Amino acid sequence: MIEVIIYLSSGLFLGWSLGANDAANIFGTAVGSKMVKFSTAALIMTIFVILGSVVSGAGASHTLGALGQVGTLPAAFVVAFAAAVAVYWMTKLGLPVSTSHSIVGGIIGWNLYSGLATDLGVLREIVGAWIFSPVLSAFFAVVLYFIFKKWLNNAKIHLLHLDFYTRWGLLIVGAFGAYSLGANNIANVMGVFIGIMEIPAYNIGFLTFSGAQQLFLLGGIAISVGVVSYSKKVMLTVGTNIMDISPIGAFIVVLASSTTLFIFASAALKNFLIMLGLPSLPLVPVSSSQAVVGAVLGLGIAKGGRNINFKLLGKIGVGWILTPITAAVISFILLFFMQNVFIRSVV
Amino acid sequence: MPHILFGRSRELEIEITEYLDLVNQGALTFKRDLKRYIKKDFEIFEEALTDIKEIENDADEHQKDIKYKLYKYMLIPDSRADVLNIIEEIDTITDLAKEVIYEISIEKPIIPAKLESDFLELVENSAEAVDMLVKAVRSFFEEIAQVNDYVNKVHFFEHEADKNEERLKRRIFSEECQEVEIAYKLQLRYFIEEIAALSDQAEMISEEVLVAAVKRKI
Repeated sequence: MIEVIIYLSSGLFLGWSLGANDAANIFGTAVGSKMVKFSTAALIMTIFVILGSVVSGAGASHTLGALGQVGTLPAAFVVAFAAAVAVYWMTKLGLPVSTSHSIVGGIIGWNLYSGLATDLGVLREIVGAWIFSPVLSAFFAVVLYFIFKKWLNNAKIHLLHLDFYTRWGLLIVGAFGAYSLGANNIANVMGVFIGIMEIPAYNIGFLTFSGAQQLFLLGGIAISVGVVSYSKKVMLTVGTNIMDISPIGAFIVVLASSTTLFIFASAALKNFLIMLGLPSLPLVPVSSSQAVVGAVLGLGIAKGGRNINFKLLGKIGVGWILTPITAAVISFILLFFMQNVFIRSVV
Repeated sequence: MPHILFGRSRELEIEITEYLDLVNQGALTFKRDLKRYIKKDFEIFEEALTDIKEIENDADEHQKDIKYKLYKYMLIPDSRADVLNIIEEIDTITDLAKEVIYEISIEKPIIPAKLESDFLELVENSAEAVDMLVKAVRSFFEEIAQVNDYVNKVHFFEHEADKNEERLKRRIFSEECQEVEIAYKLQLRYFIEEIAALSDQAEMISEEVLVAAVKRKI
């Protein structure tokens, strides 16, 4: 049991850092501008990240499993640990990083070490989603900007009522954002452990929680701990610096990026789109930070293309390429150590 | 809108509306009192002298309350500084109006009959500029798209008041008024400038309202 907890710890650490960093994407401006109290934001994040993880976490995890199914618990520990180290390192270098990119790098590192071929079709799907997600997020932001601009110009809402609506709007899209983050990114935290650990289903009355859902619950709690323990600092520094936008702008950015994350996470939505004969998107863990940056850029373009930070775009590009490669290399090296120094079977 | 839903926002909204009503009343009372004085209805002028003081005191109370509530309830964080600034600045108009009326009551300047219509026009334009400013501020809260129109009207009336001011001064210091002693001339110039100052102040605040309105865009 203790060994299992130790092996899971790297995934939980990744979850913690995800919560600490990504909560600012959702509530950064709201808390930074004092529209929403941090305690309220943290409570909503906690509830909805866990709900999203447990209810809708399976889709994106399945895609990660298809990319490469890590064979043993020690190997899963190493893959998640390598991803966490890559995230930490890139953050230190000041590059915007994503746990999604690093865990994929970690899995590819495992594929290389174990000599198993990486499914290039799945990899293409994942990388395609990474490129497409900020673009889609920007598109949503542009559309939402024009809808809200038109509505606000015609609606004649008193500034104080608008303030009231904006606060509630930020809470509601924040809840949606937290749900989408949990649904989309829990795969990064717990995905590698799912195929290995056989946990019996657990029944509470008419609800049944599968083994995977129990792991997602654990991962969701780890994310929440990250939110509660560390994200305030990130929200008050990074959150307000990156997005120097109005509360209504923040509402649009969070709604656009959360919708993007939700589209890449929800199996129900995918099935619904297929049923309607519409094109659907693969369920892939994407980066919430990049979805947010995409939405901020979209907002900038909609407002007339001023204030576009090309330096930031360059940094994102560098982070995009460096993170998975770094994680893959670290994963490969650590797997070697795990196998040969700690004498644990990793393949 | 139901009270329960908006609570504190509604409370503050009422307070701001009442405050702007008072500023409006202040401008109207200023106009009424000056018309009475210019038309030499001195008795009625003195009888109603305290009206403007009451309005000014009431407006001061509202201003303090608005400041307190904005901070206590943490409302409109991104527009708060702008709103407070506008509320504070606009209060100077009511103060100025009261000051002019009281100084006239104390100094009792003699306005030559031939200058009456020019004086009335100056008072009218100055008060109109304040009226348009109040409308601009109301739009800032309720219908942002209208702010620009009202600010333009403030500019128009301020410009008109400027022209009245200059014309009056030129007439006073021309041969037309050579019978008026220089001390009285200087006193009249002082009051002309004070009355016109109301529209200058309104114009200055309207610019700030316009900037705040631009900042409110998404």
